[in-house]
Amino acid sequence: MPSSTEPTVAPVKDAIVSIRNLTKTYGNGFRALNGVDLDIEKGEILALLGPNGAGKTTMISIVCGLVNPDHGSKVMVGGHDVVRDFRQTRALIGLVPQELTTDQFETVWNTVSFSRGVYGLKPDPARIEQILKDLSLWSKKDNMMRELSGGMKRRVLIAKALSHEPKVLFLDEPTAGVDVTLRRDMWLVVEKLREAGVTIILTTHYIEEAEEIADRVGVINGGKLLLIEDKAALMQKLGSKQLRLELTAPLGAIPASLADLGLSLEDAGRTLVHEYKGGEGEERIGALMAGLSKENIHFRDLSTRQSSLEDIFVALVEKKDDVGKTTAVGMNAGEKA
Amino acid sequence: MNIEAIKSIYKAEMHRMKRTLLQSVISPVITTSLYFIVFGTAIGSRIQTVDGVQYGAFITPGLIMLTLLTQCIANGSIGIYFPKFTGTIYEILSAPVAMTEIVVAYVGAAASKGLIIGLIILATASFFVDIRIAHPVMMLVFLVLTAITFSLAGFIIGIWAKNFEQLNIVPMLVVPPLTFLGGSFYSIDMLPPFWQAVSHLNPVLYLVSGFRWSFYEIADVNPLVSLGMIALFLAICLSVTAWMFRTGYRLRS
Repeated sequence: MPSSTEPTVAPVKDAIVSIRNLTKTYGNGFRALNGVDLDIEKGEILALLGPNGAGKTTMISIVCGLVNPDHGSKVMVGGHDVVRDFRQTRALIGLVPQELTTDQFETVWNTVSFSRGVYGLKPDPARIEQILKDLSLWSKKDNMMRELSGGMKRRVLIAKALSHEPKVLFLDEPTAGVDVTLRRDMWLVVEKLREAGVTIILTTHYIEEAEEIADRVGVINGGKLLLIEDKAALMQKLGSKQLRLELTAPLGAIPASLADLGLSLEDAGRTLVHEYKGGEGEERIGALMAGLSKENIHFRDLSTRQSSLEDIFVALVEKKDDVGKTTAVGMNAGEKA
Repeated sequence: MNIEAIKSIYKAEMHRMKRTLLQSVISPVITTSLYFIVFGTAIGSRIQTVDGVQYGAFITPGLIMLTLLTQCIANGSIGIYFPKFTGTIYEILSAPVAMTEIVVAYVGAAASKGLIIGLIILATASFFVDIRIAHPVMMLVFLVLTAITFSLAGFIIGIWAKNFEQLNIVPMLVVPPLTFLGGSFYSIDMLPPFWQAVSHLNPVLYLVSGFRWSFYEIADVNPLVSLGMIALFLAICLSVTAWMFRTGYRLRS
């Protein structure tokens, strides 16, 4: 989309998807995206988290060509503009949509072969066979789509998206409503694709999935990208750890010698709680143990707890809500986002 | 040009016709046979000939046009409406396919189906009456141009329609009256002068008249005028389609 108001931010080296100043206002006036900047690196798995109506699907839809961005937005895939050079960008992309949208009266084989064709590739039965076998669909190849379970249909949608050998794969809430086995199989496929160099962007409500599989995590809310961070670094920076000690005798107050260690008392002084950020706690635990021994404080049990990505996500979204009350707008104003 | 995409969509659409053979082919053939029995036998026994042509043979071009228009509009509209309705349109809209290629594939398939059915009806008619085709090339030109134009009109309706009721308004409520009042079953010379003038406002009159001329060299209007009118309808449909694509009307938000 060439225009005089084009953003001037240069794409990051090795970014296969580069998004600048991405804004989308629907016809009803609802602003689903509000100036999103994002670079997705080649070969990474990026998890996009956000509540319903946050703007995740709108963003994916714009990159894939299903929704037109507002004037002034710029989205590049593989160095090509998604509007001007749509043939080049769409050939690189595979999309697994959120809804189980399939032609109910078509066979699995035909529908997957159809997908390869519309992407401009000549028929390749061997390739289709391999994809169906990888996704445990080979035995169903002659079944009509309407005869398949929801989980099987989800597999077919993935097979369709892989039929033209994409370099970037968008999985829009791929595990919504699928059983544990399929979810595990799906992540095995994702892992294999990553090994083959495919860049994967997934949106999910299951934060543990992002925690398990993603390299980086982005959080979207109210049409804005709240953060984008390496998962390990994010856990390190925003995650917290907790050490809980059950004392043999209750404490009335924390001794002055231990006051600097960030301790608190719970259960009427029977539990001593030590909270610390990831990476900063190791030396303090040593100091705590030494201090307890010195103060002659004994404990009969201990447990540790680490905050999950979900805790971090909830904290971020709630913080944003408190500041701008943007979630309420985003969640109520339109299902498309 | 994404030829593979055009081939894939065209093949899938033609495959859909095979799946619904009873509805797509058998039904129009039975309906047309009934027209021959009712109009050809009951009315034909009283009218005998029109402009020197046996009545059953006279109505054959009109009957083919009636079916062609209905089928092309129905197939053209359902072809694009169905993926919109089920949501599978996402795949075509996110594929490296230009909108012109999408039109060529869907309209090509709808027109092909219409032509196949039109030719089957012509063959069926030959069992009932003696058919003579004076200008076979012009007959095919009229047939192909009409099939493309009305498949395109169906495609426009399919994009415009938000529900099945809207989808069926034109083929059910607009096409049959226009066809019945467009000289399919009579020559407009048989009408009073006022209604002859009104009939000239009916676009279907030009299609039926030109098509009938290619069979029996008799026409209500000059065949060149008929050809010009079909070209005009085609130009209008192409302009509307081009506008829909430019704006993303009811396809892209």
